[in-house]
Amino acid sequence: MTEIPEHLRKRAEEARQKAAAKKAEAAGGDDAAADSAPAAGDEASSRIPAHLLERSKAAKAKAAGGGDSGGGGAVDTTAGAAAAVATAAPPPSATGPQGHTQRLLTVVKAGSIQDVKATPTDKVHVWPHLIAVEFVSALAITAFTLIFSIFVNAPLLALANVNDTPNPAKAPWYFLGLQELLVMFHPMVAGVTIPGMGIFLLILAPYIDRNPSNKPEDRKFAISLFTVQLMFWAVLTIISSFFRGPGYNFIMPWTDGLFFEL
Amino acid sequence: MAKTMGDQGGKLGQKMSDLGDRVQGSQAWNSIFRPGSVFRKGYTDSPRNRSYVIMNSVLYHLHPVKVKRHAVKVSYTLCLGGLSFFLFILLTITGIFLMFFYRPTAAQAWDDMYALHTSVTFGLLVRNMHRWGAHLMVLSVFLHMARVFYHGAYKPPREFNWVIGVILLTLTLLLSFTGYLLPWDQLALWAVTVGTNMMGFTPVFGDQVRFVLLGGSEIGTDTLIRWYVLHVLFVPFVTVIFLAIHFWRVRKDGGISGPL
Repeated sequence: MTEIPEHLRKRAEEARQKAAAKKAEAAGGDDAAADSAPAAGDEASSRIPAHLLERSKAAKAKAAGGGDSGGGGAVDTTAGAAAAVATAAPPPSATGPQGHTQRLLTVVKAGSIQDVKATPTDKVHVWPHLIAVEFVSALAITAFTLIFSIFVNAPLLALANVNDTPNPAKAPWYFLGLQELLVMFHPMVAGVTIPGMGIFLLILAPYIDRNPSNKPEDRKFAISLFTVQLMFWAVLTIISSFFRGPGYNFIMPWTDGLFFEL
Repeated sequence: MAKTMGDQGGKLGQKMSDLGDRVQGSQAWNSIFRPGSVFRKGYTDSPRNRSYVIMNSVLYHLHPVKVKRHAVKVSYTLCLGGLSFFLFILLTITGIFLMFFYRPTAAQAWDDMYALHTSVTFGLLVRNMHRWGAHLMVLSVFLHMARVFYHGAYKPPREFNWVIGVILLTLTLLLSFTGYLLPWDQLALWAVTVGTNMMGFTPVFGDQVRFVLLGGSEIGTDTLIRWYVLHVLFVPFVTVIFLAIHFWRVRKDGGISGPL
């Protein structure tokens, strides 16, 4: 699964070979040494002076002998055994009955001392999964814009002339819903109050909608309200874009033509 | 590939790969691409390297190392937020190109536009891309908002990011609307006249609002320079700040919402 990079693998292999060679060399040396002086090897390798070592061994043996009455159990017996062989073997390491170097005292469950809040979630790496999706969609939208731009030119009408009002004069398409409202309301209501309220309500939406669920079946009211708003807005925009002609009168685009520029 | 070629090809391939190794092993190369980069020597596809690609690159400003599995499903987000951002970048690039050929005065603006169409290499194409990209961005921001609403993604803890999003929608409309005047043709002039007349009906300070926006009581050269600065500097600047907060909050609020 996990692929180790080639150069790291090579390096590890070299290191392993080197270690093996060294070991073999050391083993050869040891054999010779073991033949001549079997017990001396360990003591010579430790830097502790011989007389100090002797003294500590004697003290340990004494302590083990004295501690018999107070203690007991595994530690004591090993200490006793160690004391018995103290003169021959190096000082004993704290080894348990079956040669274990540690004992299990107790098992503490994770939940009893710490509160684990993080629940594991199914995650994927952003690279390559998300980056690839983003890259492809960016390419797609660029290609779409480019190809569309090759075939469809942006409008450039005659030079602006303050004295020549076109008929009809229309706002950009995203404001045409508002312009349609102008027919029905006072300009202050259509141009300021309604869009202002719209933006304000949009901003407040998360604070008005206290329903914690995001499942569509639990949010029938919110979804229908929003959809009605969207449709209302879309219908106004479409009417104003395509069904309004000279004098901003109602027309049919298929008989009277288009009065719409992007 | 080099192996399949003949003897000479093999030699050449060997030389090329040696050269590649030397370039990739150079100090300059390794100073550019941080450890874990896909361009570094010895990159292999491992979980650790996948993490490094994000963690050790500028992408870490935008993306975490891992996201929820459903977050990469195109059918959930339809990429609308990302596309809006990408269109913003595309519009910045094409817009900078257009700035080289445009002077925002009533006497020169339209002539510059005309010259852009007729005598600038790719001028018309880039202007088309800017215009259609702008309309597309308004649309994609709008659809992004609808998508977020239908997924209930504005609910806690994402309430404030929704607010930022509504501000960004407004800024997008402002960006598009301020750009609308710049060609200085009949379409621009009268569309903006309709729009600013509506703003003039703001209660109490309607006239003042209109005066500040137009730089006078009527649309003219002063309006043009005013809207030009708004369009190319002021609104993009504010938009970038809000974009940064928007993206940062997406991560801080625990990634994108869902699954439903």
